[in-house]
Amino acid sequence: MRPVFHRPEALTAIKTHYCPGCTHGIIHRLIAEVIDELGVREETIGVSPVGCSVLAYSYFNLDMQQAAHGRAPAVATGIKRVHPQKVVFTYQGDGDLAAIGTAEIVHAAARSEKITTIFVNNAIYGMTGGQMAPTTLLRQKSMTSPKGREAAPQGYPIRVSEMLATLDGAAYIARVSVHNPQEVSKAKKAIKTAFEYQMAGIGFALVEVLSTCPTNWGCTPTESLKWLVENMLPVYPLGVKKMQREVSI
Amino acid sequence: MAKVLMKGNEALAEAAIRAGCRYFFGYPITPQNEIPEYLAKRLPEVGGVFVQAESEIAAINMVYGAAGAGARVMTSSSGPGISLKQEGITYIAGAELPCVIVNIQRGGPGLGGIQPAQSDYFQAVKGGGHGDYKLLVLAPATVQEMVDLMGKAFDLADEYRNPVMILGDGILGQMMEPVELTEQNHTQRTEKPWATTGAKGRSPNVITSLFLDPVELEKHNLHLQTKYDRMSQETLWENYKTKDAELVLVGYGTSARIAKAAVDQAREQGIKAGLFRPISLFPFPKNALQEACKQANHVLTVEMSMGQLVEDVRYNLEFKVPVHLYGRVGGMVPTTRSVLEEVKRWVNSGEGGGNL
Ligand SMILES: Cc1ncc(C[n+]2csc(CCOP(=O)(O)OP(=O)(O)O)c2C)c(N)n1
Ligand code: SF4
Repeated sequence: MRPVFHRPEALTAIKTHYCPGCTHGIIHRLIAEVIDELGVREETIGVSPVGCSVLAYSYFNLDMQQAAHGRAPAVATGIKRVHPQKVVFTYQGDGDLAAIGTAEIVHAAARSEKITTIFVNNAIYGMTGGQMAPTTLLRQKSMTSPKGREAAPQGYPIRVSEMLATLDGAAYIARVSVHNPQEVSKAKKAIKTAFEYQMAGIGFALVEVLSTCPTNWGCTPTESLKWLVENMLPVYPLGVKKMQREVSI
Repeated sequence: MAKVLMKGNEALAEAAIRAGCRYFFGYPITPQNEIPEYLAKRLPEVGGVFVQAESEIAAINMVYGAAGAGARVMTSSSGPGISLKQEGITYIAGAELPCVIVNIQRGGPGLGGIQPAQSDYFQAVKGGGHGDYKLLVLAPATVQEMVDLMGKAFDLADEYRNPVMILGDGILGQMMEPVELTEQNHTQRTEKPWATTGAKGRSPNVITSLFLDPVELEKHNLHLQTKYDRMSQETLWENYKTKDAELVLVGYGTSARIAKAAVDQAREQGIKAGLFRPISLFPFPKNALQEACKQANHVLTVEMSMGQLVEDVRYNLEFKVPVHLYGRVGGMVPTTRSVLEEVKRWVNSGEGGGNL
């Protein structure tokens, strides 16, 4: 019998700590599959953030560095400048990337660092218990926007992909989701493209992945997928936001 | 090799290159700008990398990444920038990564000023960021010493897998002195099997400062502490006429130069003064200081701060000799004359006496 489904080599056998229904796990798997398919597991260095995915360094079967909150793009810059031939990626949540680490991601993109960023947008601070994120939707309740986020005084959600796509240094920017199998396979394709951009030496590539947080959204795993579709998709439209050129490697 | 006339900051930058440093990440701030400016030109010539980061926070985190990737790497800054770097420095210490951080001190607090100071002493020698950790801290007093300590700093960083700080000040950075640069391109000697280079033919390497299990985190802290204890063998200092000194001046860097001149003038007037100059501020040369102060009735620290070094001197002399402070701040530099007056004041006070 031929096994049709197995753990990618780029993932360890360690059981993750993610909550049931959390899509962080799917995104990990997609990255690992892409790394395996590109045959670069032994050439890749990943950077984990501060957030629910802080322990990603235990789940990826890769050389990994754990970065301070929001600083993963700077850490990745340091690694990539030392090992320009290696593949370097960051894995970051929305608090990490779009609040405390805004400067680091903008300038990594502006410098067109040849790194790949996987940006997990779940519209909430998961790890610290469900506080408002820069990507929290208007009217969305969180522990620090208990009545729902209001534009005044809490500000508007940030569309990171659209914002970064305005930078000349951003080579490939796409927003994807993982709420159903079709979208999962599109997400994988985008992640693969983002790694290929790096390997072809084109420039900075980022894939924003809309993700669920059933625990802090206060719903079941299936409800959370529905919530993502109904509430996040209208504010965070999927698609390729920037593609400097076609790649084939 | 022939001596050349160089500015402190530039000599230090050149020495870093000769020590095998090929990566610099920094952000402009006075009075250390000549370091990044020099390296922006020189590093590409030797196949190295210079990146002007978007902030000191980004710069130090780039250092973290590069150090974790196995490189000889450095950054430099001054007061406000060093404060921003503290986040990265504690992560670097926690993850046990080697690197060199240069602080060309200026006056504070806050934006302070751009003139020389020594008011970042506590920040440098007590850790500086959150958590229990220490940097090795080296304090040069001449341009030549800036050069000589640079190579040593990189070696110590590698040996202890620990950040090393060169603590200078605006005067040292800006002044020109003749220096001899070592010809030899001495590069990294230590193997770094822990570095993240891609897990080729081995199990993955992980660089982290996270230990969620309290048992593990305590173990990690104990391990770090053992390392800091072991560093006590790295103490460096200079004695100047301390053998029979009844009053010992203590100062580092620029202040030590001024104090040295005061010692000579005091001696001319028949006062038995001497100078003890710690070169390593962490580890602090405790035994050498005690030895130097054996005959002393008074100890006087000369520093460009409101009194930081003085606390370590009292502590390391175990409060057995009266220790006084002469401090100038905000970019004001002590003069030899004013130091000499302080010396005379204490010698003539009739008080004092030590029991070391
Ligand atoms: C400097 C600093 N500030 C705050 C924190 C606390 N903190 C940990 S994770 C986190 C937010 C994480 O949210 P996000 O990036 O959206 O990731 P998620 O947990 O949702 O995956 C915060 C604020 C920290 N560790 N460091
Ligand atoms: S708290 Fe939210 S983001 Fe974090 S693991 Fe649980 S579901 Fe996922």
